[in-house]
Amino acid sequence: MSVRSSIAVLSVGAVIGLLVFGLVSKGSAGVTVGDPAPDAPLPRLEGDGTESLADYRGRWVLVNFWASWCIPCREEAPALERFQQQHGGPQFTVVGIDTRDLSDDGREFVRQYGLSYPQLRDGDGDAGDDFGTTGVPENYLVDPAGKVRLLVRGPVSEEYLSEEVAPLLPKGES
Amino acid sequence: MKARLTLLLLVALAVLAPAATAARQVTLAEIEEEVMCTVCGTLLQLSESPQAQREKVFISRLIAEGKSEEQIKDALVAEYGNEVLALPQGSGFSLSAYVVPIVAFLLAAIALAFGVARWRGAGSRGRDETSDRPRGPSGEEADRLDADLARYDL
Repeated sequence: MSVRSSIAVLSVGAVIGLLVFGLVSKGSAGVTVGDPAPDAPLPRLEGDGTESLADYRGRWVLVNFWASWCIPCREEAPALERFQQQHGGPQFTVVGIDTRDLSDDGREFVRQYGLSYPQLRDGDGDAGDDFGTTGVPENYLVDPAGKVRLLVRGPVSEEYLSEEVAPLLPKGES
Repeated sequence: MKARLTLLLLVALAVLAPAATAARQVTLAEIEEEVMCTVCGTLLQLSESPQAQREKVFISRLIAEGKSEEQIKDALVAEYGNEVLALPQGSGFSLSAYVVPIVAFLLAAIALAFGVARWRGAGSRGRDETSDRPRGPSGEEADRLDADLARYDL
């Protein structure tokens, strides 16, 4: 192969490589029902260290993406906290993920609504991108095997939680 | 006396001017031009979304605390990640955003230079080939030409 051909092949390869990188770095199309839930470690909103959804394997987890600047999230938060009070325990928990938000604002939101369930932080929105969120709030019910069983784009109501989520949880959970 | 006063003023200016420049506080408008609304994907100065509003409040607070532009950007990156910066950072993979256009420009310039050199080389070779040809008619042709001219000579 001549030098000119090698340069041409390398140039085409470089362009294709950049295009592929661009597509890959755009991230996946997100998860849907039946897919494994992304479980990249995230920093805790309050306190040090990180947590991953993998740490909750064996429990049902309602993953709630929220942000303090999101008005529907304010309406949804009390319903989630009540559901956590009724059903939270060794077999179920709500996990909040504060996304694209200022950490101080997020902590203030948690205090304001008295949220007792674990809160993680997704400042750059990467976790939301992994899930394929299109906004906030969004909710994903993840089963003990780590697979998504329900997906709600938008806020969940108390009716939805009691009629769609509660029946899937193990009986006797308190 | 007047000269002494002028000299004193000049010295004072020379001492105070750099200090004043160093102490110049960055403005919200300046920062807004260089950072993104991470939810909207647009420059912060173009966005009025709730997230952008909180971001602006955060920047204003840091400005009021006397933070420098660099400190404010660092704080924004700590909160929102590198995506909050409108211009890529000059390190890591982001560096390619600056390097690739320069390399591409250089490669294009080199290719153009080679192309021009080849074109000029081909042109001069062509001229050389034509210069080998006899400039005038050959002896036989010249004789015939002279005869023709003589025939039509008036």
